[in-house]
Amino acid sequence: MVFSGKVFKFGDNIDTDAIIPARYLNDSNDENLRIHCMEDADGMFSSRVSEGDCIVAGNNFGCGSSREHAPRAIKACGVSVVIAKSFARIFYRNSFNIGLFILEADTDGINDGDVIEINTDTGEIKNKTENSIIKSKPIPKFMSELVNAGGLIAYAKKKIKGGKA
Amino acid sequence: MGRPLTITEKIILDHVNNRAISPGDIVNARVDIALGNDITAPIAIKEFESIGINKVFDREKIALVPDHFVPNKDILSAKQAKILREFAKKYDIKYYFECGEAGIEHALLPEKGIVLPGDLVIGADSHTCTYGALGGFATGVGSTDLAYTLAFGELWLKVPESIKVVFEGKPKKWVSGKDLVLYLIGKIGVEGANYMALEFSGSTFKHLGMSDRFTISNMAIEAGAKSGIFEPDEITEAYVKDRAGRNYTFYKSDDGAEYSRVLNFDSGEINPQVAFPHLPENSMDISEASAKNITIDQSVIGSCTNGRIEDLRIAAQILKGKKIAKYTRLIVLPATPAIYKMAEKEGLIDIFMDAGAVFSTPTCGPCLGGYMGILADGERAISSTNRNFKGRMGDVTSEVYLANPAVCAASAILGKIAGPDDVI
Ligand code: SF4
Repeated sequence: MVFSGKVFKFGDNIDTDAIIPARYLNDSNDENLRIHCMEDADGMFSSRVSEGDCIVAGNNFGCGSSREHAPRAIKACGVSVVIAKSFARIFYRNSFNIGLFILEADTDGINDGDVIEINTDTGEIKNKTENSIIKSKPIPKFMSELVNAGGLIAYAKKKIKGGKA
Repeated sequence: MGRPLTITEKIILDHVNNRAISPGDIVNARVDIALGNDITAPIAIKEFESIGINKVFDREKIALVPDHFVPNKDILSAKQAKILREFAKKYDIKYYFECGEAGIEHALLPEKGIVLPGDLVIGADSHTCTYGALGGFATGVGSTDLAYTLAFGELWLKVPESIKVVFEGKPKKWVSGKDLVLYLIGKIGVEGANYMALEFSGSTFKHLGMSDRFTISNMAIEAGAKSGIFEPDEITEAYVKDRAGRNYTFYKSDDGAEYSRVLNFDSGEINPQVAFPHLPENSMDISEASAKNITIDQSVIGSCTNGRIEDLRIAAQILKGKKIAKYTRLIVLPATPAIYKMAEKEGLIDIFMDAGAVFSTPTCGPCLGGYMGILADGERAISSTNRNFKGRMGDVTSEVYLANPAVCAASAILGKIAGPDDVI
């Protein structure tokens, strides 16, 4: 698959409280999560982001709480991919489990507002604004199987159908 | 004999069908206890129902604890708690705790002997790593993971590498598990153990109790770790023997087991720590912190990190016969109903209330900025909790400083960040 979108750039250690503050966790529906996505990191994010845009960040994106509301909020905004130098562990697995595409790469050469194109098969990120190419880290085989199945629950349903459960 | 294994590898190996495992392998592990709370379980339940198998893997291996916004703070949170209750009724879940029996999950489950040494525990809450203190493999996951586990009783896991952390020697007065772990995170950073298991050992832990181990394992996630484990010993045995309703296993690391890093610390050199906003890694000695003359509006003593009876006793020891500073709030939240009752019996509630504190029902409350002590713009809190991210306890311009309960109590008395020696 190939995605293309505008970049919203963030720094290091963007925690899950910044992605979706606890004051909104009394409701888990997608619309509530969408409106407040990234609110404590960039109050204007949810009104500026459009379908297909990309979140690009530094180290340790998604650290803190296990709340799956965080990748769900990002997905609900229509964000096509999150690229970071590294991800916190639970955010990483949550994203694959819910079918949000995430990539690890050196993000120094990507700036806020750049337009990038991502080829999920080759892991290549083309920065159309800077005219440069960045290679992302390969995704473990099991994880790409999960994403291709459409997330863990879809994977589970397949498993039941296959009579393995 | 295969290669020597760490305690973490041994526990995982005993929960999979593989004949051998190595760090980096992705395995399907059998789960002994699966946990969810009033924030994470509603999504898990929705996902579970969508699988369409209409039965849980084992009603006796599931724990549902409404603790974050319970007693409910508003209509929406009441609806979330209701989803848990209905699910617990429908599947006759053994470990469901109604408000009144419920406390903060990570204090409640060990206290009731629901999680035990040698268990493999997954919880849809990042501080599930707390149970590593008992010598189990316990890790936080997301709601979809919990949904999958509720259905199948197993979950995919990546076998972690381990970092060995050795604390030797007797700690100084007022130095607790909280200080050791804040000091460690200050050294290795909030990403220092990402994807890895932290394995704690050393003579220091003979001088400290189970509660300090819980505090340390609890904050393993604050260094990015997957788990934070202690080898069980006689202190563990004394804690679990009268609580356990089933068999448990003590695992130990083999001599020659491989670690990605070994870190050695002399506990006698470590002072009480304060972690400055907005990351737990911004820790410094109390002397340096108090010299900055930072006034506080609120002090919080509680949470799954430091809301146990030992924590309340230390705070009460400092507050006894004293008053907290004018225009300062002190909020004390026992982590479970049993702790609440002990505090009552030991006269601690009187001490807190006479000092001017609020004594709350057991709940997560302000720890995650839920309710019961939210900060206004620009306000500062010192807190015995585990996270000081931007906006964690309220307005995005407020600040949280992390410390042990003794430092939180002393700071409440002086209305500024201070150590116990400044008030005693
Ligand atoms: S006390 Fe705080 S850290 Fe612990 S489970 Fe509750 S919200 Fe999470």
